Amino acid sequence: MAKLESSLKNMILCLLLMSIVMSAALGFVYVITKKPIEETSKKAEIDAVKNVLPAFDNDPTTDVKNIDGLFYYLAKKGDEVVGCAVKTYTNKGFAGHFEIMVGFKPDGTIYKTAVLDQKETPGLGDKMKTKWRDQFNEKNPSSYKLNVKKDGGDVDAITASTITSRAFCDAVTRAYDGFMKNISNTIKK
Amino acid sequence: MSSLKYFTNGLLKENPTFVLVLGTCPTLAVTTAAFNGIGMGLATTFVLVFSNMFIALLKNYIPDKVRIAAFIVIIATFVTIVDLLMKAFVPDIYKTLGIFIPLIVVNCIILGRAEAFAQKNEVKSSILDGLGMGIGFTLAITLMGSIREILGSGSIFNIPILAENTKTILLFILPPGAFFTFGYMIAIFNRFKAKYKF
Repeated sequence: MAKLESSLKNMILCLLLMSIVMSAALGFVYVITKKPIEETSKKAEIDAVKNVLPAFDNDPTTDVKNIDGLFYYLAKKGDEVVGCAVKTYTNKGFAGHFEIMVGFKPDGTIYKTAVLDQKETPGLGDKMKTKWRDQFNEKNPSSYKLNVKKDGGDVDAITASTITSRAFCDAVTRAYDGFMKNISNTIKK
Repeated sequence: MSSLKYFTNGLLKENPTFVLVLGTCPTLAVTTAAFNGIGMGLATTFVLVFSNMFIALLKNYIPDKVRIAAFIVIIATFVTIVDLLMKAFVPDIYKTLGIFIPLIVVNCIILGRAEAFAQKNEVKSSILDGLGMGIGFTLAITLMGSIREILGSGSIFNIPILAENTKTILLFILPPGAFFTFGYMIAIFNRFKAKYKF
């Protein structure tokens, strides 16, 4: 068959039909992938909470509090609150904004921390994803100074990445302050 | 040309990365690790095969003056399909490749093959061409990813091959390392090409 002539009618018809068919195809794929996408993002959220808190048996994503840009996930075992995971951020990273998750026990002691989303320099700043974070575990910021040693605090900075280490402390401090102000008094001790 | 030729063409003789030097943006940007290369390569291959197939099928119904617009509609559809599928079923790879998946739409390998090949050839040979080009691209960027990962992070496919705390050449996982690796790879490839005349 010969090629269609480039007349106005043919051009409009061709693009119109093609757009309609392709939109329908996309709509179909969107519908079938919608549920799996929601499930994966929810699973990722729960996994992040699991990484920073002791074992719990509720679904912390159903009751998320969002106060001043921080997200608070309350984890319970039975009726007892085992801890609160705080999704916090800093804008002071070497590459600007990054997000971490900090798990607090009901008394404000840090249980564990996790790095969520970051663009720090590979091999330098992104060492914050490694064992370096372990020094925060089981520390209570009321007695543990959340500052790098260079600034008079208690935190060992990552070699050659003082800015990232400061930013990490900034994010943890923000989470701790938010937790003490908004969440701590609502938990029955 | 026998139909197998269409397939092998993209692997070495007209390798999209090292010979045609197309699609350099993802080549430079995502090759910080070998695994990224495979993910990006397979996503591109999927789009390439389906866009080539559809363009070859519809070539007689697309008026010449609007062909680029029509090709972009077809390509964008398949890129969005890949985007949604990867988000749903391989979220980890999706997270590392991020913005580069939607950007497959403007990857010149795909529009280049549509223009130069699919709109002039049969469906079967277009599919084979897309497959060959896609696999050639995948192999090339996986190779680049492996080299950069070994030199820069001391691991391959996330498996450490050097002792912990060994100093690695950090430069290779930073952007300049992409250019160094790419330049040397093209040079080596050309040397082999001249020597063995494939």
